[in-house]
Amino acid sequence: MRMTPDTWIFWQYGVFTLNATIVFTWVLMAVLTLGAFLITRRLTTDHERTSWQNLLEIVVTSIMGQIKDVGLKNPHHYLGFLGTLFLFVAAAALSTMIPGFEPPTASLSTTVALALCVLVSVPLFGISSQGLLGYLKTYIQPTPLMLPFNLISEASRTMALAVRLFGNMMSGAMIIAILLAITPFFFPIVMTLLGLLTGMVQAYIFTILAAVYIAAATRSSKAVKALPPTPVT
Amino acid sequence: MLIDWFTVGAQVLNFIILVWLMKRFLYQPVLNAIAAREQKIAAALADAANTKAEAHKQKSDFKQKNLAFEQQRTDLLQQATDSAAAEGERLRTEATQAADKASAARAKALSTDTQHLHAEIVRQTQQQVFDIARRVLSDLANTSLEQRTSDVFIQRLQNADGETLASLSKALTDTSESNPALLRSAFILPAAQQMAIQTALENKIGHSIALRFETTPDLIAGIEISVQGQKLAWSIADYLSALSSIPPTAHAKSDATEAA
Repeated sequence: MRMTPDTWIFWQYGVFTLNATIVFTWVLMAVLTLGAFLITRRLTTDHERTSWQNLLEIVVTSIMGQIKDVGLKNPHHYLGFLGTLFLFVAAAALSTMIPGFEPPTASLSTTVALALCVLVSVPLFGISSQGLLGYLKTYIQPTPLMLPFNLISEASRTMALAVRLFGNMMSGAMIIAILLAITPFFFPIVMTLLGLLTGMVQAYIFTILAAVYIAAATRSSKAVKALPPTPVT
Repeated sequence: MLIDWFTVGAQVLNFIILVWLMKRFLYQPVLNAIAAREQKIAAALADAANTKAEAHKQKSDFKQKNLAFEQQRTDLLQQATDSAAAEGERLRTEATQAADKASAARAKALSTDTQHLHAEIVRQTQQQVFDIARRVLSDLANTSLEQRTSDVFIQRLQNADGETLASLSKALTDTSESNPALLRSAFILPAAQQMAIQTALENKIGHSIALRFETTPDLIAGIEISVQGQKLAWSIADYLSALSSIPPTAHAKSDATEAA
């Protein structure tokens, strides 16, 4: 039993390795892109729409609504990054239903890559919103003594993002695999459904946390000061 | 080691490519479609609002026009009522005046008819008296009316009072053959009677006179001599006039005396 699809290698040349994580990621990318292309090429602006168009519009508007609810004022600006995060993780979670398909998010490499993307995108969005100095000042807020703690916070939350997603997805896939091996059909189906739910929740959590980090980075220092203190639970 | 850094790099690259692909094939088309539909809906709503506003405006205009029309109708009705009342009063006045005029004309016509009837009765009476007298005289006295009329005229001439006779004589003095006195009679006087009348006149006045005889049926059995405004006459008309001027009581007395 594999702990990660990274160990399922199809082709290798030096450091260049074509493993299952990359291949299944491409498959997911192809499915998402092809599906979006097939549906959006027949979009109508009339009141009568296809069910697929309705589904896509619901997905897109729901993601924008969630981004807006987090506190980002211009959801269109963040839709590409955050929406793709959610769709990719959710598609990976859905793919666990396909026998033999290894979800890319069950690989720590993938979740680390996504966490690194979040880690990089947060300062980029913050700088584009507040400027370089304005963003850097957030690291010495409320006092310069907090700089090390803020840096540790950045690193730890990135690690938390990666490990949380990896742990949930890997465990879910592994549990299903173990149950398929030792129990009849019914119990694995229930666990698959549970894993599906867990995967969707993880996709939501991953995206919302990324949105929260971006929102914190793009919020001006005045706004931060004006915010009431948040109780720690 | 669970982390393969080559895979991490590849996945980062894959994710960036996926972000671009999703933007290109999913978000942008869907957002464009939503924006276009919202724009359509906004345009439809604006159009509906405009239509509603236009409908409200037309409704308001229609109400105002209705009110104006109602007011105009009331005014016209009042005007027509007033005109009808005035016209009725005028027609009533005209009818009253026409009725008064017709009544006056009828009264006048009645009066005229009465006068004509009276004149006709007088004429017919005269004619009847003339005929009766003619017949009585012819049957009983063997004398024609013309002759008796000439006799009565001569007698009236003989009995004329002095003043009448003097004025008549003065008027007849200037008569000549070229300017004779006119003696009119209702019938053609026979030559003997013409001679008798002329002789009686000349004897009474005392000189010869020139006479011209003329027949005038209107006199109704009468003889009349006129010259320079003087007239001496006797006719049945004068006789009847004299009779009619006598009061009824005088007639009764006269009748009673004759009866006695």
